[in-house]
Amino acid sequence: MSFLEYRLKTVPVGFRKILHLNWALILLIAAVSSVGFLMLYSVAGGKMGLWAEPQMKRFGIGMFLLFGIGLVPIWFWRNMAGLFYLVSFILLLIVEFFGTVGMGAQRWIDLGFMRLQPSELMKVALVVMLAAYYDWLDIKLTSRPLYVLIPVLMIIAPTFLVFIQPNLGTSLMLLMGGAAVMFCAGVSLWYFGGVALLGIGAITAVFAARGTPWQFLKDYQYRRIDTFLDPTADPLGAGYNIIQAKIALGSGGWSGKGFMQGTQSRLNFLPEKHTDFIFTTLAEEFGFIGAFSLLALYALVIFFCIFSAMQNKDRFSSLLILGVAGNFFFYLAVNLSMVMGLAPVVGVPLPLVSYGGSAMLVLLVAFGLVQSAHVHRPR
Amino acid sequence: MAAMVAVLGARMRYMQVDQADQFRLLAEENRINIRLIPPSRGLIEDRNGKLIAGNEQNYRVVITREDAGDVALVLQRLSKLIPLSPEDIARTVKETDRTSPFVPIIVSDRLSWDDLSKIALNAPTLPGVSPEVGLSRQYPTQQDFAHVVGYVGPVSEKDLEGVTDPDPVLQIPKFQIGKIGVERWMEDTLRGSAGNKRIEVNSVGRVMRELERKDGIPGADIRLTLDVDVQNYVQARLGNESAAAVVMDVTNGDLLAIASSPGFDPNLFVRGISQKDYTALTENDHRPLANKAVQGAYPPGSTFKLVTALAALEAGMITLDTKVRCPGYIEFGGTKFHCWKRGGHGTVNLERSLQESCDVFYYEIAQKVGIDKIAEMGRLLGMGQRHDLPMSAISEGVMPNKAWKQESYQTDWRIGDTINASIGQGYVLTTPLQLAVMAARVASGRAIAPRLIHSVDGETVPIVEAPNLGIGGSSLRAIRAGMFAVVNSERGTAKSARIAAPSMEMAGKTGTSQVRNISASERAGGVVANADLPWKRRDHALFVAFAPYEAPKYAVSVVVEHGGGGSAVAAPIARDMLLRAMSGGMPPLDAYPTAQRSRIETEQNELKLRLSTSTGAGKPGTQGATG
Repeated sequence: MSFLEYRLKTVPVGFRKILHLNWALILLIAAVSSVGFLMLYSVAGGKMGLWAEPQMKRFGIGMFLLFGIGLVPIWFWRNMAGLFYLVSFILLLIVEFFGTVGMGAQRWIDLGFMRLQPSELMKVALVVMLAAYYDWLDIKLTSRPLYVLIPVLMIIAPTFLVFIQPNLGTSLMLLMGGAAVMFCAGVSLWYFGGVALLGIGAITAVFAARGTPWQFLKDYQYRRIDTFLDPTADPLGAGYNIIQAKIALGSGGWSGKGFMQGTQSRLNFLPEKHTDFIFTTLAEEFGFIGAFSLLALYALVIFFCIFSAMQNKDRFSSLLILGVAGNFFFYLAVNLSMVMGLAPVVGVPLPLVSYGGSAMLVLLVAFGLVQSAHVHRPR
Repeated sequence: MAAMVAVLGARMRYMQVDQADQFRLLAEENRINIRLIPPSRGLIEDRNGKLIAGNEQNYRVVITREDAGDVALVLQRLSKLIPLSPEDIARTVKETDRTSPFVPIIVSDRLSWDDLSKIALNAPTLPGVSPEVGLSRQYPTQQDFAHVVGYVGPVSEKDLEGVTDPDPVLQIPKFQIGKIGVERWMEDTLRGSAGNKRIEVNSVGRVMRELERKDGIPGADIRLTLDVDVQNYVQARLGNESAAAVVMDVTNGDLLAIASSPGFDPNLFVRGISQKDYTALTENDHRPLANKAVQGAYPPGSTFKLVTALAALEAGMITLDTKVRCPGYIEFGGTKFHCWKRGGHGTVNLERSLQESCDVFYYEIAQKVGIDKIAEMGRLLGMGQRHDLPMSAISEGVMPNKAWKQESYQTDWRIGDTINASIGQGYVLTTPLQLAVMAARVASGRAIAPRLIHSVDGETVPIVEAPNLGIGGSSLRAIRAGMFAVVNSERGTAKSARIAAPSMEMAGKTGTSQVRNISASERAGGVVANADLPWKRRDHALFVAFAPYEAPKYAVSVVVEHGGGGSAVAAPIARDMLLRAMSGGMPPLDAYPTAQRSRIETEQNELKLRLSTSTGAGKPGTQGATG
C-alpha cells in the first residue's frame, strides 16, 4: 500500500495527534528509563551528578525528539530513508578514518558537545532503509535472489565498517536487526537456513584462523569467547567480569539485598557497573522480583510494539515498528544473556537503562518513528 | 521472542533462587576480610613482681598518600616537628608511590611522647599523617637477663619450619615471637591467642568499615624465681670478665640469679640488630651471646673433689681418718701425676685434703673407688644431666665412666683417666648450673632441682619436695666440714674470702681447671705463672659454696674463664653473691673480715649497678591503645 492511498482525512492533524500517540508505550519506556535512573543513582553510591543526572537530561532531550518525530507524518520519514542511510554510512566512513579511539576501538566522532557514535545512528537508519525498501518492492519479488541480495548488501556494508572499528557487539546488532526486518518482510526461510549454515562455517573459520596472521578477530575478542566458555580458567583476568557479574546477580536471591545495599557494586567488584553490567546491580539489590519485573516491562514494550505493528496496515510502518522492536529485543536479549553467563561478553548495553548518551537518544528517536507510524496509521 | 524471554526468566530464577546461597557466599567472600588482632604478650617478672620483659607502647607516625596529596610537601612540614632526615623523606615518598594510595606507610618509628604530641597538635596542617600506637617488647633490665629471658623477634621462615599447624597469629607481618631463653621456651604461655576483626573491603582491598571485632586473649604473665636486684648485682660483680655465676635457694631450688658475662642488650635484637652491632657481639672473644651459666661446660677442677670424696666415703673405701701421704706427685704407669703443690702436703686426711685441695689424696682414693662409682656419685649430685629449665642451649656436660669412653672413643678406660677425673680434669665437664646444684645438694642432702618459673598467670608452680639423696649423714657432714675449713681455717685455700659475720659463715670449694696440657718443655723449664700466659691459655677459676654454714640457705657457683686461681678470683665473687642474697641488700661491710673492709668498700662504690630498679612499675602492656 502506497502512502498515496492513505485516507488522509482520517489521520489526526495538529495537536490532536498528541491524543493519538501510543501512550502505553511511552509510559512503559519512561518506566524502564526510570529504573535506569534509580540504578545509576545506586551504583554511583547515592550520587545524582555522576551518572543519573546526565542520563535524565538525555532522556529529556530524547523524549523531546520522540514527540517531535512522532508528530511528523510517517511518509516524510519514509521519504527521508535513503538520505538517513547515506548520511549514517558516510559518518561511519568518517569515523573509520578520523574517529576517536576509546576502549581500544574507534567508535565516535567528538562533536564538542557530544560524542556521536555513527554505529548507533546506523541501527535506526538501517531499519528505516530496509522498511522503505520492502515497502517499495513488489511483494511478489521479495524472495527473488537479486532482491534478496540488495538488502543483504545494505546490511553487510555498514556491519563490516562497524566490525572493523572494531565493535563486535554493535555489528552483531546491525546484522540481527537487519535480518529481523527481512524476516518480517517475508523473505523465504531457506535464505535464513542458508545463512545459518554459512554462519556456522564462518565461526569455524574464525576459530580455525586463530593464531594465524590473518585471524578475523582481535585477541581480546577471542579471549572473551574463551572466557565465556570457561570463566573460571582465568578468574582474575579475562574471566573476572563475568564471574563477578554472576556473583552479583546470584547473590541477590529472591528479594535482593535492598536499594544501595549491593555489596558487589558498592565495593567495586562489578566491572562496568553503570554500563553493560547494570542489570546485575538491579538483580543484586532487588533480587529475582526486581529483575523479573524489569524483564516483564521489556516484554511489554515489545508486546505493545508488535501489537501496534499488527494494527498498522501500512507496510512501511509495520516493518519499521517490527524492526525497532526487533532491535530492542536483540539488545536486551544479548545483554541479559551476557550478564547471566549465557553468551560471551560482547559489549552490548541494556537498552534505556545502561548509562550512555548515543544509545539512549537513538533508541528514543527510533521509538519516535514508532510513534509517528502509530499516529499516522491508515484508519 | 517469547521463548527467549522465557529462557532469560528461567535463567534468572535458577541463579537467583536455586543457586542464591552459593552466590551469596561468594559475594561475602569478596567483601569480607578477616584481620587478626595480635594479642599482647605476657609479661615476665621477677619473684617480687619487678618487670623483666614488658610491652612498651611504640609510637610511630604513618602517612597515607591519598589523604596527604603532596606527600613530599607534608613530610617537609613534618620534618620541622620531628627529626626526619632528607633520606627518610625520600624513602617514604618512594614507598608511598609504590603502594596503593590508601596504604599507610611508616614514616618514623619509636617516637617520644613529646614528638607524638607535636604531631597531634599540628594535625590540621599535616593531612594524611596520623600517629599510631603499637606494642613492642621491651627489656628494662637491659643486659642483665639477656641470656635467661632471651628476646623476641619477627617470625622467620625457620620458625615456621616443621610446624604443621601454625598459629594464624604468626602470619601477622612482623609479629614477634620468642627466639631464645624463657621467651622462646614459654612461648605458648606468653603468646596468648589472636583476636580478629571482620572488615569490609572493596575490590582493591581498601577497608571500608569494621563489621565485627573479637579481642584476643592476652598472653599469661610469668613470674620467675629470679630476683632482679640480685641478678643485677651478680651481673655487675662479674663485670667484664668472661664468666658465669648461679645463685640458688638450697631449700627449694629457686634460682635467684643466673648470670653470664659479658651480657648484651636484648632490646637491640627486638629492634633488629645492625650488622655492625652483631659482628661486634660475635667477634668478641668473651662470647657475650653464649649463655655460659647453662651452656658452658668446663672442667670442674678441684670443686669435683667433693664428688670423689663422697663416692669414696659412701663406698666405704675411706673413713674420716684415712690418711694419705702426699709427696707432691704420684707415679703411675710411667707417668707422673703432680699435686698442685710441688713440695707435697705431707700426710693428709679428708678434711685437710679439701682444705688445702691436695691432689694426691684424690689420685689415691679414686683408684680404689673406681670411675664408675665416682660417676654414679656425680650424677647423683646433678652432673652429666640436662636440668630441665625453660632456657636455650642447656648443656649436659660430661660425667664419664667406662661405658661412656668405650662408646665415645672406642677405647678402654684407663687408670690414668680415673686419676685425672678425680680432680675434675680429663673428660669431666660441668656447667656452672650443675656446680650450683651440686653445692645445693651437698648442703641439703636432698635432690634439689633448679626451678625458674615461680608462677604463671598468678598461679604458683608447686614446689616438689626434693627427695633425700640417700647419702649417709656422716659422709655429708664430713664434706661440709671440709668445705667450711676451705674458707674458714688458717690454711684453707679460700681463707681470704671468708665471711666474718657468725650467722652467715660460708663453706665452699675452690677449683682451678687447666685449659691446656702442660708441655714437656714447659715442665722442664718450670711451669710458667698464669699471669704471664696469654688470656686464652690461662686457667679457669671456679668456686662452689653455700651459706650460712649452720643452716644452708643459698648455694652458689662461680666460673671465671681464664681467670686464674679459684681462690683468688672466684671465691671473693661467690662471697659477695652470698652476702647479697642473704642480706637482701648491698653486702654489709661488717660481714667481711676487718682487714678487708676498706678495700671492699671501695670495690662496692665502683660497682656499676643499674640505678634504682623500678618496683613493679605498673603493667604498660595492659594499657589501652591511645591516639
